[in-house]
Amino acid sequence: MVDRIALVDYLVLDDEPHLVAHECEQCSARYFDRRNACAACDNTTFRSVDIPREGTLYTFSIVAVAPPGVPVPFVAAIVDCGGTRVRGNLVNIDPDPEQVRLGMRVRLTTVPLGADSAGVEAVGYGFEPA
Amino acid sequence: MAEDVWILGISMTKFGKHPGRDHVDLASEAALAALADAGVGIRDIGVLAAGSLTAGSSSFGQQIQKQIGQTGIPVYNVANACATGATALRVALLEIKAGEADLGLAVGVEMLSGAGLLGAPPRQDKGGAWTPTGRFGAITPLEGRVGTDSMPGVFAQIGLEYGHRYGGADFELFARIAEKNHAHSTLNPLAAYQKRFTVEQIMNDVMIAYPNTRPMCSANCDGAAAVVVVSDRRLRTLSPEQRRRAVKISASVLTSDPWQEACQVLPDVNTLTRQAAARAYEQAGIGPEELDLVELHDCFATAELVHYDNLMLCEQGGAVDFFNSGATWRDGRTPVNVSGGLESKGHPIAATGIANIWEICQHLRTEAGDRQIEGARVGLAHVIGLGSACGVHVLEKAAS
Ligand SMILES: [Zn+2]
Repeated sequence: MVDRIALVDYLVLDDEPHLVAHECEQCSARYFDRRNACAACDNTTFRSVDIPREGTLYTFSIVAVAPPGVPVPFVAAIVDCGGTRVRGNLVNIDPDPEQVRLGMRVRLTTVPLGADSAGVEAVGYGFEPA
Repeated sequence: MAEDVWILGISMTKFGKHPGRDHVDLASEAALAALADAGVGIRDIGVLAAGSLTAGSSSFGQQIQKQIGQTGIPVYNVANACATGATALRVALLEIKAGEADLGLAVGVEMLSGAGLLGAPPRQDKGGAWTPTGRFGAITPLEGRVGTDSMPGVFAQIGLEYGHRYGGADFELFARIAEKNHAHSTLNPLAAYQKRFTVEQIMNDVMIAYPNTRPMCSANCDGAAAVVVVSDRRLRTLSPEQRRRAVKISASVLTSDPWQEACQVLPDVNTLTRQAAARAYEQAGIGPEELDLVELHDCFATAELVHYDNLMLCEQGGAVDFFNSGATWRDGRTPVNVSGGLESKGHPIAATGIANIWEICQHLRTEAGDRQIEGARVGLAHVIGLGSACGVHVLEKAAS
C-alpha cells in the first residue's frame, strides 16, 4: 500500500529524498525525462544516477503572473548540482530579488502537495537556502 | 551556389487590435498589399507559403487563396513557433532556388489581442487518485511547482544568467533597453503601442516575471505581414522601378538547437542564434560591423541583451558595455529595433519574422519616413522561436 507518491518519477522519496537522472551510458549526458535515445550521441542505453542534493543557484526569475490556479509569486530557478543543471522552485525564502542571490548555496527539500481521494500524500521538491 | 533571390514586394498591416476581422482578413490584406508593392498579381505567383499558429486550420494557406485567387499553385502551411514567418519566407525562397518557381508569396498572421500568457498551459488538477503521466511521470502539471515554462520567466532566467556570467546587468539595465525600444516606437505608425516611457515608469509597472515588467515584455496583438520574392532571372525582366526597389536577400539561415547540457532544463537561445548569425555573415560575405541596422527578437528586454552578443554585434560577454555605449539607439553605431521592437511594435507570432524584414526593407529603400536610418545599405533581421528555431536574414539595398 503506497501512502506517499512523488510529484515526478525522478524524485526518490526515502530517508534522504533525492533526484535521479537517466545518464547516457556512452557520453554521460543526463536527462530527467524518459528518452528514446541520447540527444547528444544517439546511444539508446541509459543508467540511473543520483544527483547531489546541494548546489548553487545558477539563474532564477520571480514569476508574478502565471496561468490560473498557479500560486504566485514563486521563484523559478535553475540550480547547478555538481555540474548537472536542475530545474525547481526556490522555497523557504522571500520571493524578493534582495534575498535571492545568484551563486548562493541551496539544498534539496521536499514540499507537501496534499492528499488524493484515497489518502495518498503527494510530495514535490524545491531548493532552499543551504 | 544557386541564383540570388530578391524581395520584390513586402507589407505589414498595422499591428494592434483588429476587432471584427479574422485571420483570413488580415492575411489577405497583407498579401494583396505585398503583391501591389511588388507590382505583380497573384497569377504571377508560383508558390505560396502561409503561417499562423492561431488560425486553427492545417490548410490556412488555401483559405487565403480563396480570398485572393485560387490558381492551383503549390501551397505550404508552415508552423515553426515564433520563427514561423521567417520559415515561410524560406520555403518560398527555397522553391525559387530549386528552380520550381520564379515568384513566391509568403504570409504570416496572428490574432493575439487579449491572449494573455503564452507558453504555459493552464493547470488541470483532476479529482480522484494521483496518476503519473507523461515523460516525467508527473502527477500534476509542473508549471509553478518545478520552475516555469512561461515565456516571461524563461527569458528572465536567460537574461539573469548572462548578467551573472559577465556582470553589469541589473534590473535597471534591462529597463533601459525597454526604454530605448519604446522611444523608437513613437516614430512607427504601424506599431501597436507608440508610447514613450521613462525608466522609472518601466521599473514601477506591473511585474510579470522579475526582472521583466509589463513594458519589458512583447505585446500580444493582431497583425499580418507578407512578402513577394523573385528569382534573379525574373527580376531582370521587370521594370527599372521594380529593380530599383528590390532588396537582395544576401543570407537566409534557419537553425535549431544543437545539443547542450544546459538546454535540457532551460532553453538555450544562445547557441543556435550564434550559429545562425555566423552562417549568415559567411553567406552574405558581410560582417556585423557593416550592419546599418538590426531588427532582433526582443520578445523580452532580457532577450535583447543576450542577442547583442549572439548576433556578434559586440564581443562575447560585451553586451552590457555595448548597450551602455549607446550603440543600439537609433543614432548609435548599430541601431537595434528602430521599429520599436516586439515590446512596442507588437508580436503577432507568425507575422513577426516577416515584419522584422519589412522594417529593414523600408530603410534600405529609403521609405522609412520619420524613422529612416540615413544611408542604410545593409541590415539584419532575426527571430527565434522556442524551442527552438532561429531565423537570420541579411538584406542589402539594390546596387543601382
Ligand atoms: Zn549520449
